[in-house]
Amino acid sequence: MEQLSGAQMVIRALRDEGVKHIYGYPGGALLHIYDALFQQEEVQHVLVRHEQAATHMADAYARATGKAGVALVTSGPGATNAITGIATAYMDSIPMVVITGQVMSFLIGEDAFQETDMIGVSRPVVKHSFSVQNPEDIPSIIKKAFHIAESGRPGPVVVDIPKDMTNPTDRFNYEYPKSIKLRSYNPVSRGHSGQIKKAIDMVLDARRPVIYAGGGVIMGDASTELTELAKLLNAPVTNTLMGLGGYPGTDRQFIGMLGMHGSYEANMAMHHADLILAVGARFDDRVTNGVDKFCPTAKIIHVDIDPASISKTIQADVPIVGPAKHVLQEMVGLVKESKKQPVKEAIDSWWQQIEEWRARHGGRYRTDDSDKMKPQQVIEMLSKVTKGDAYVCSDVGQHQMFAAQYYKFNKPNRWINSGGLGTMGFGLPAAMGVKMNFPDEEVVCVTGEGSIQMNIQELSTISQYNIPVKVICLNNQSLGMVRQWQDMNYESRHSQSYMESLPDFVKLAEAYGHVGMKVEKYEDLEAAMTEAFSLKDRMVFMDISVDPFEHVYPMQVPRGSMRDMWLSKTERT
Amino acid sequence: MRHIISVLMENEPGALSRVVGLFSQRNFNIESLTVAPTEDSTLSRLTVTTIGSDRVIEQITKQLNKLIDVVKVVDLTEGDHIERELMMIKLKATGQMRAEIKRTADIFRGQIIDVTPNTYTVQLTGASDKLDAFIQTLGTTNIMEVVRTGVSGLSRGEKVLSL
Ligand SMILES: Cc1ncc(C[n+]2csc(CCOP(=O)(O)OP(=O)(O)O)c2C)c(N)n1
Ligand SMILES: [Mg+2]
Repeated sequence: MEQLSGAQMVIRALRDEGVKHIYGYPGGALLHIYDALFQQEEVQHVLVRHEQAATHMADAYARATGKAGVALVTSGPGATNAITGIATAYMDSIPMVVITGQVMSFLIGEDAFQETDMIGVSRPVVKHSFSVQNPEDIPSIIKKAFHIAESGRPGPVVVDIPKDMTNPTDRFNYEYPKSIKLRSYNPVSRGHSGQIKKAIDMVLDARRPVIYAGGGVIMGDASTELTELAKLLNAPVTNTLMGLGGYPGTDRQFIGMLGMHGSYEANMAMHHADLILAVGARFDDRVTNGVDKFCPTAKIIHVDIDPASISKTIQADVPIVGPAKHVLQEMVGLVKESKKQPVKEAIDSWWQQIEEWRARHGGRYRTDDSDKMKPQQVIEMLSKVTKGDAYVCSDVGQHQMFAAQYYKFNKPNRWINSGGLGTMGFGLPAAMGVKMNFPDEEVVCVTGEGSIQMNIQELSTISQYNIPVKVICLNNQSLGMVRQWQDMNYESRHSQSYMESLPDFVKLAEAYGHVGMKVEKYEDLEAAMTEAFSLKDRMVFMDISVDPFEHVYPMQVPRGSMRDMWLSKTERT
Repeated sequence: MRHIISVLMENEPGALSRVVGLFSQRNFNIESLTVAPTEDSTLSRLTVTTIGSDRVIEQITKQLNKLIDVVKVVDLTEGDHIERELMMIKLKATGQMRAEIKRTADIFRGQIIDVTPNTYTVQLTGASDKLDAFIQTLGTTNIMEVVRTGVSGLSRGEKVLSL
């Protein structure tokens, strides 16, 4: 058997797990591991400029592929810098393995240089964590970390490794386990057939059904099954912010995103539904609005891999614990076999009602109240120029909501955003993580002048590795989303929501060796964007001036029901 | 309502902090908590008493089950069960009170386990309300110190919590 040091085992285990790229930043506690990394070529390391970016790159890789991404950060400040990224992945159930250096084991607890209790600090935002206490355990711990991160409801796993566990002179037998069993962890592999039958019986009786599908469909690789079921039932489908692309965005049966900034027709349909089939969604507060007023006439079927998500905020009438893919497959089979078919007249008149709603609002916005370009126009143009086929990695703010509303995602895993934590600074590293793994695809970062500055240093990483992503910066010269709330609830007292002294983004991009473009007029947008995307091997930063006064609509009225919405600055439902 | 939740978990470093952290993180309440290894040294048994609505208790058991180190969870209060708590209580015992304390301890089937000229220390085992009643009967003026273990419990009959 091969004899390897702890440091070598870390890298070898990653290789044996099939990892191609790891994203990281070195430091004292990791020097042995970085030395082992240097002496091999199979696992490629990407040097970021801030550890947060490493975690977002790993996270975005996972969102695009379904496989755990890997970040490597040193102890102390390296580890704490990674926390935001770990929390981001945790909130969206994204598989990730974060390896953190730690001070030597005999120094732990002594406030040693760069010591942080990473297991403690990360505890509330990880699915699980391991602290290595014997170098021999490294292969099995790494195997367990991947198994836990990727199975069941996925999530980030931290592996904390004290420096002396990686000592190059101590060598051990190395064997990477083929599989692993944990007596205390057995995620469900299939849903309860009786419950699934009961659910389908109810679905086939429904007169006003809505399928409400979330990120579980994306991470659970179930969008084909979801689409098939929806088609068989002729039922309207709404996606959560995390679920976009889980059902084709340009299909007639797609009624848009739901929730706080959901479409008028999706929120209306939810409110009036008599049956909601929730799949891989968690009835989060940005979806339900006031829980006491939530969907008063609906029976609720809730399919989720995590039993704790079921009946957490909204009581389910039929809970089904299981992987979305399997449960939906079984549902499709049952509908096909069933003598009972959907109630045609009822479903037809339900569609008539939904089409009326769609015609009434259906994503319209004004272009005549400002001479500035509208952010929505930019996203629609982006959708057109990239043929709705790009990986769109978003930051957080109004631009994120516009991207979610106006970019039509026809495929899963292409809309990559921080939904649960809402992490500004996510977009650029996320785009980098995707592009490195899909070099032939268009990868876009939709951002604002606020968010982009939270990880702008990564323009340097982009130069180093030549990662030609396209940045679409909707520059409204303000923290637009904050400003919108201040307009609506604080009589437009714009406390600290301006972005003053903005840099010249064109020059900034150029300083890093990239292409910068400034677009001020809508007439110039299509040509500029087309040019930007024609520069296949260059990173292009498009600084696009948009109307600073625009708001995102619809917007639900706080604590109201699903259907209580502002539709524009002056209209309310 | 008050619930007694029993948790069988891996006897691993950090496992207890995950359980306790979960309670504070999710705003669940802890009335008492006991934990010790079982006959199988790789497993520990934790008992937590908590108060909450049915929905909260359901969340507590589900969230506990989600912790990777947790092997099994049972809400003992859902069925017939036995619960015990141990208390040691140090009392001022002078003059007439010496006899009074002795009598009360006898009635409660307590034992005096330490004696000095001015104090008695009584050990008492039972369900929590019995311990509360003992404290109430003696009144707070005589009490110098109270230490309680928190509740431990198990199901009656054949039902067991094991691997
Ligand atoms: C790290 C972080 N800090 C603060 C916030 C709160 N926040 C949400 S949106 C927003 C404004 C974002 O501004 P910008 O990136 O310019 O986007 P815009 O809304 O203008 O499109 C802020 C400050 C956040 N989501 N993340
Ligand atoms: Mg802005």
